[in-house]
Amino acid sequence: MAKVPVQFTLNGSEKAEFIDSGTTLLNALRDKIGDTSPKGGCHQGTCGACSVIVDGELRLSCLTLAETCNGASITTTSGLADGGVLHTLQRAFLDTFATQCGFCSPGMIIAAKVLLDHTPNPSREEVVEALSGNICRCTGYEPIIQAVLTAARSNSQNAA
Amino acid sequence: MAIRRGRGVAAINYPTGMNLGGDPTQALVHSTPTGNFMVTLSSVDLGQGMKQIMAQICAEAIGVPTDRVVVDTADTDTGPHCMGTFASRGTHRAGNAVIQAAREARQVMLEVAAEELEVNASDLETDGQGNILVKGAPQKSISIFDVALSAHFKRGRSISGRGMFLIPRSYPEKETGAMKPSTCYAHACTVAEVEVDDETGEVTVLNVKNVFEIGRALNPKMVEQQLVGGSWMGISHALYETTEPYYPNRDHGGTDFNQYLMPGPGDLAQTEIIVLERPSADGPYGAKGPGEMCANPQIPAVANAVFDAVGVRIDTLPITPERILRALKAQAAN
Repeated sequence: MAKVPVQFTLNGSEKAEFIDSGTTLLNALRDKIGDTSPKGGCHQGTCGACSVIVDGELRLSCLTLAETCNGASITTTSGLADGGVLHTLQRAFLDTFATQCGFCSPGMIIAAKVLLDHTPNPSREEVVEALSGNICRCTGYEPIIQAVLTAARSNSQNAA
Repeated sequence: MAIRRGRGVAAINYPTGMNLGGDPTQALVHSTPTGNFMVTLSSVDLGQGMKQIMAQICAEAIGVPTDRVVVDTADTDTGPHCMGTFASRGTHRAGNAVIQAAREARQVMLEVAAEELEVNASDLETDGQGNILVKGAPQKSISIFDVALSAHFKRGRSISGRGMFLIPRSYPEKETGAMKPSTCYAHACTVAEVEVDDETGEVTVLNVKNVFEIGRALNPKMVEQQLVGGSWMGISHALYETTEPYYPNRDHGGTDFNQYLMPGPGDLAQTEIIVLERPSADGPYGAKGPGEMCANPQIPAVANAVFDAVGVRIDTLPITPERILRALKAQAAN
């Protein structure tokens, strides 16, 4: 089968690849481009571990065809840190011990980033709603909820 | 028909490790030429923090800061033998092995330092900051960096140590069946408060209060993290999770993640954790295994709370609305 070209911006860098038609964005990112920060948990849109941001919108990369992302701007967890300085959310996840095995963390952080981009000072209920598409097996969720609330607070303190 | 509230309590004790063939784990420790220490294991870090805890244990035993220790959990082809990370045994078994290996390495380190300082090794102590001092005369000292350089390039010594954990295999007594399946025991008690809708059979866990006795908490924040997650998982086992809802009938068995129920971030009970520390005599710096234990007491506590609320005993997990309604129906028929 003929390969199809895709090109998009990933974490600020131009990427171009030839892929099999029908390749998911998740597989294109992980296997073709080498960004393994989105995780393949269920491959059917249930667990949220593969979450990425496409043109500002939260997307499940396992249910998104890569060829539909031509010209798009994509953000993954590996693009969040500024050099050696972690993103506020990454810092908060560390400080509040919100990770254990770490498999859900990239998807959680991406889901939380989309929330905070639109709602800088979310209520607890809004955080719960934003994370409700992401499954975690280790933490019991409470530390993750606290991490997102902590990041929101530290963002607003930095802005003040 | 009404929402009924109930409260249940349960207490458990839980073994650390098991004893099939002595439950062995081995560890190797060696220094690099610059006086950092490497711990080599085959034990796996599942995310519970094995690497951090082993670094702390090795650092404590050798007398260096934790950031001077690197832990390599390698793989089972290349690392020293470990039975594995299960049975809540990781911290206890691997920790004991690491202490033994680190102490042997420390002894070599002190011997090299003694040669450099021209004193007896037994007169030396570490300051925990990367230096070795003469007891009572701390002005006479040498850095561990310099000791490691000397060992590698001048004295021809390997600052290294071997450690292992092994207990005698315990066979059941023929008459009584009694045996010693493990070493130390962790303990827990949970009080759960629930609401049960006796029309729909739905259970809401309002809050759980957990007390865990886990030996010594070697890293209190990581212990708390595991206990909070474990408490949630216990509720999940009690009320949600099953692959075989009508076992042994396969009908309605889940086939994938999206058919496997677990409580999400919107279903959390208010959770309280209290840690009691009663250091165990045989644990590494008093630690026991809190891993699996922490997800157990919530299950009987929730079952007891359901009984308190609506007067039916559900003895099959998970405690689903259907099971509660069937039990209520049977109760009404009697």
